[in-house]
Amino acid sequence: MEAEAAALLGKYIGAGLACLAMAGAGIGVGHVAGNFLAGALRNPAAAKEQTATLFIGMAFAEALGIFGLVVAMLLLFAV
Amino acid sequence: MAAGEDGSFIHPMDQFLVKPLFISEGNTGLLTITNSTLWMAISVAAIALLTITGTRGRALVPTRTQSVAELLYGFVRQTVQDVVGDEGIKYFPYIFTLFTFILFCNMLGMIPGSFTPTSHIAVTGVMALTVFVTVTVIAFVKHGTHFLMFFWPMEAPGWLRPILCVIEIISYFVRPISHSVRLGANMLAGHAVLKVFAGLFAMMLAGGLGALAVLPLAGMVGLTALEFLVAFIQAYVFMILTCVYLNDALHMH
Repeated sequence: MEAEAAALLGKYIGAGLACLAMAGAGIGVGHVAGNFLAGALRNPAAAKEQTATLFIGMAFAEALGIFGLVVAMLLLFAV
Repeated sequence: MAAGEDGSFIHPMDQFLVKPLFISEGNTGLLTITNSTLWMAISVAAIALLTITGTRGRALVPTRTQSVAELLYGFVRQTVQDVVGDEGIKYFPYIFTLFTFILFCNMLGMIPGSFTPTSHIAVTGVMALTVFVTVTVIAFVKHGTHFLMFFWPMEAPGWLRPILCVIEIISYFVRPISHSVRLGANMLAGHAVLKVFAGLFAMMLAGGLGALAVLPLAGMVGLTALEFLVAFIQAYVFMILTCVYLNDALHMH
């Protein structure tokens, strides 16, 4: 019983720790958007063609944060 | 977890349950029609309705429906043209199908009480895996075994190439995972957050904090707007990543 409770506790702590992935994803997406804006204000004429690249960069940065969610989900429901 | 009017509990994850529609829980099989199937069918029907009624008139001055259909078509075609180039136009129907299906599934999932098929990794996983296999087959058909040079970066210094090769191979095979999980988890997380805020609102009302309950309600209105944006952006990202993978297969970097 004790061991089970400890395992449950570990599960929840682990799931909470996995939320730290959000910090990284936030930094990453912020960098992408901020640098895009800085570049776009410097040269607004070229900005329109680069929106696709912006979204690709954001998607890659965000994916790593989402892996954190997956880890949390696995800990809560699958382990 | 929110307490309903009759004291029943609604879990935020309950909305993602796949339920059989016409038969009881026990006799489900491989071909059982579930709520997921139903909403996918509704999405396909909505797309068919839009494109068929949109192209029926073929007026010089388009009606509203025709404008929407033309806008959708032109938008996807332009993206394929920009990212893949003229060679990619051959695969435009596939990418258009993927984009409209995901977009409509995401958007129809925003109707309260509806079901979002794209919030399930099983659905997005199949789509991402199909893209992965298709793109790899296209690459091997076009370049033959020369495509394996894709994993051997010639521009790097010699001693670095084996290490980069391992990284390239891993990043290639992780593509279907990140491709599917991105869409699925975004939809899952967004809808779960909406329900959590709704639960908070209901709990605060039930707890007698009437005035303060405005806060989660306002948060929910903002999040709903954000979710509509995410529904579109994720469909767009799925499409554009498909285009990028296709571009890699056709032009090898």
